[in-house]
Amino acid sequence: MFQVFCIFIPILAALFMPFFFKKVRSIHTGWFVLIVPVFLVTFYATYVPIIVDGDSVISELDWIPSLGISFVSYLDGLSLLFSILISGIGALVVLYSIFYLNRTKEQLHNFYIYLLMFMSAMLGVVQSDNTITLYLFWELTSISSFLLIGYWYNRDKSRFGALKSMMITVAGGMLMLGGFVLLSIMGDTFSIRELISQAPELATNDLFLVALVLILLGAFTKSAQFPFYIWLPDAMEAPTPVSAYLHSATMVKAGIYLVARFTPIFAQSEVWIWLVAGIGLLTLFWGSFFAVKQTDLKGILAFSTVSQLGLIMSLLGVGAISYHVNGAEDTVFKYAAFAAIFHLINHATFKGSLFMIAGIVDHETGTRDIRKLGGLMGLMPISFTIALIGSFSMAGLPPFNGFLSKEMFFKAILSITQFDLFNFSTWSILFPIIAWIASVFTFIYSFYFVFRTFTGKLKVDQLPKKPHEAPMGMLISPLILAALVITIFFIPNLVADTFVKPAVMAIQPYLYSSPEEVNIHITAWHGIHSPELWMTVGVIILGLLMFLCLSKWQKMYNAFPAKLTLNHLYDFIIYDLCDQWIGRFSALYMTGSIRRYLSFMLSSMAIIVIGTLFIKDGFKISFEEASTIHVYQIILIIVLVIGTITTVFAKSRITSIVALGAVGYTVSLFFVVFNAPDLALTQLVIETISVALFLLAFYHLPKLKKEEERTRFRFSRAFVSVAVGAMVTLVALSAHSQKFIPSIAEYYKETVYSLAGGGNIVNVILVDYRGFDTLFEITVLGIAGMAIYGMIKLRLSRKEKNYENK
Amino acid sequence: MTYFFWGATIVVVLSIVALLYRLVKGPNPSDRVVALDAIGVALICLVGLFSVVFDTSFFLEIILLLAILSFIGTIAFSKFIEKGDIITRDNSR
Repeated sequence: MFQVFCIFIPILAALFMPFFFKKVRSIHTGWFVLIVPVFLVTFYATYVPIIVDGDSVISELDWIPSLGISFVSYLDGLSLLFSILISGIGALVVLYSIFYLNRTKEQLHNFYIYLLMFMSAMLGVVQSDNTITLYLFWELTSISSFLLIGYWYNRDKSRFGALKSMMITVAGGMLMLGGFVLLSIMGDTFSIRELISQAPELATNDLFLVALVLILLGAFTKSAQFPFYIWLPDAMEAPTPVSAYLHSATMVKAGIYLVARFTPIFAQSEVWIWLVAGIGLLTLFWGSFFAVKQTDLKGILAFSTVSQLGLIMSLLGVGAISYHVNGAEDTVFKYAAFAAIFHLINHATFKGSLFMIAGIVDHETGTRDIRKLGGLMGLMPISFTIALIGSFSMAGLPPFNGFLSKEMFFKAILSITQFDLFNFSTWSILFPIIAWIASVFTFIYSFYFVFRTFTGKLKVDQLPKKPHEAPMGMLISPLILAALVITIFFIPNLVADTFVKPAVMAIQPYLYSSPEEVNIHITAWHGIHSPELWMTVGVIILGLLMFLCLSKWQKMYNAFPAKLTLNHLYDFIIYDLCDQWIGRFSALYMTGSIRRYLSFMLSSMAIIVIGTLFIKDGFKISFEEASTIHVYQIILIIVLVIGTITTVFAKSRITSIVALGAVGYTVSLFFVVFNAPDLALTQLVIETISVALFLLAFYHLPKLKKEEERTRFRFSRAFVSVAVGAMVTLVALSAHSQKFIPSIAEYYKETVYSLAGGGNIVNVILVDYRGFDTLFEITVLGIAGMAIYGMIKLRLSRKEKNYENK
Repeated sequence: MTYFFWGATIVVVLSIVALLYRLVKGPNPSDRVVALDAIGVALICLVGLFSVVFDTSFFLEIILLLAILSFIGTIAFSKFIEKGDIITRDNSR
């Protein structure tokens, strides 16, 4: 039970942070926050031995048991790896933020509440076994990310970036929820484990493909895949600790986690393989290509993150192939999922450290613009070393961990050429080529990042601050991460055995029954004849050449028209389409004219009712039940019709009112004819009063607008009114012609005296049988009276109080 | 006997129709008010005839009410036409 509560520890701790910030001013609030992730990472570390054995731990907390929704903490290899990444990098980021954010100038309590909220949400995402709670935490990551990006809310760009990321990730999240609901309809459970166990049956369901695409859209938006990556570069307006934590190491990997988690269900489908591998590869190339264009340090890193996420995604796509190969555990396809997880760990380490370095450079020089920076190597030696380690690892050079994962990436991508199902034999040769070109660009931007910042000429006059080395506290976190980058290179198999293999087992549960069976051994040296070695050599050679003449070809990026970018498309959709076009569309029919709304309402009413009447074959006329018509009734009807026509076609308003009165009196005469004396009485009085009121209203019309003109004839209005009249007539005729049950009036007739002790059946019904209606009609009258009184007497907007008091 | 009542009814209704013509056509409001007043009286006759035809005494209240309303209505209209106001404001307040 404690395990599932651990998800909520950060959010509970967040409740106390305003207290610490307001009451304990002398100590940086971050120190109190630091306790939480440090505790969590040690707590999750205790699960490592269990997971290494291939077991999993589950802990449940019921939320809505009647609907099968519960908070579940399910720790297997994959979720434990993510949990340790989240809490571990969380601890480092909190430590870094203590030195990065000023204690007196910043709203620290806000920052740490959002950060802890995010930590809880992220732990919830990776540990939830219940899709509904997974979605809950998923949205919480979107919201907390929105808050963190907009942390400096008085800057326009922060708010823009926050809104953009919110729009895109929440849109994806909603689609994902749709996918989850479809899955739960197919499998009749919200539990992911149970869904996985039903995977073969699910694949035959009609809804399978829809659910697949919807869930993938959720994953792609969150993990900044093409074409949804556009929010990530704009999210760089967040404080650097946030960028390092959310937008490199954790949140953007939620989509990766989702794809990895659902691979056992969806890998059956070729659509999944094509989409995940194809979009991943496209993102890899696109991100790396445009990273070289950026001039902002964090911009480069953002595009690099996009590109690396694409790499991991494409590996997961290739990893899904192993579901279609017999004896996959002995073929080369097994490498893909392994490489994906391994690179995920590596990326979290080196990208986290690089972001922190970018933050340090920003903090110590006052700018992140790479055109103003240069020659910082001598002034900031430690930062330079860390940046060098991170960049070389990112570029895939030995002796850093990026080298190992890049080699495995090449190996996995090359394996795809041997796969001949699903048209892969024709297109698969493109995969290694695109991957190789993308790696060249990765190499270029890695060098671009580190050497343009730290070598070259120092331009002190262009820098807002005098540059100097960062304080030690700020350097601790990137140092730890950089140390990990090197350590993982030298002991990759220890990391692989502890973290990667259990995670691979979670992605490919049908291939292995325990982590030891994952027979992959990472080696830095593949032998002189291995293709991946020569691919890496090619990357280094071409990358170096292109980097050296970067200034010559970097200008070609400006040749791309700004109108064709995805950002432009986003702006077009949000600002042009949603704000203006839709606004114009609503302005088309929302004219503010009640006459027009009324014609909409009435005509749609007539269409719906008449249509239903004829489609459902409800129209029927029979005069069997009708009583005989007398001459005086016909005469009254003629009078009524004449009165009505006069009302409509009268030239002056007073004629209309008088004619309306005549109609009212005729109706009361009808009541007389049809034996309803009470109604006739009431009708007479009410008609008189309302005619008097009409005259009153008429008299008070403003003099200027008094128009003694008859209503102009409009064909559309005539048509609507005829249609409504026809509708009512048809409904009345059909309703009268087909009665299913006899009236209950007989009961009243028999019991009016015996039960109620009255002779007037109408009055007894009004006050005895159905007195409630009368009560509330009295209330309506009372309210109307008070409202009229209020409208006449209460004039808040008028300032002529003196006039009133006279 | 019934024929007599029916004949009377028809005569009254015809007179209502004639009065309605005046109500619609009436060159000025006063004509219309008089027509309306006369219609009220004709209605009273009609209701009276109906209560004889239907052999019921329930409609006699309507006759009284119609008479009162017709009177009040005509007075109100007349005052409106003459003063432009129906309920005069109390100036002493």
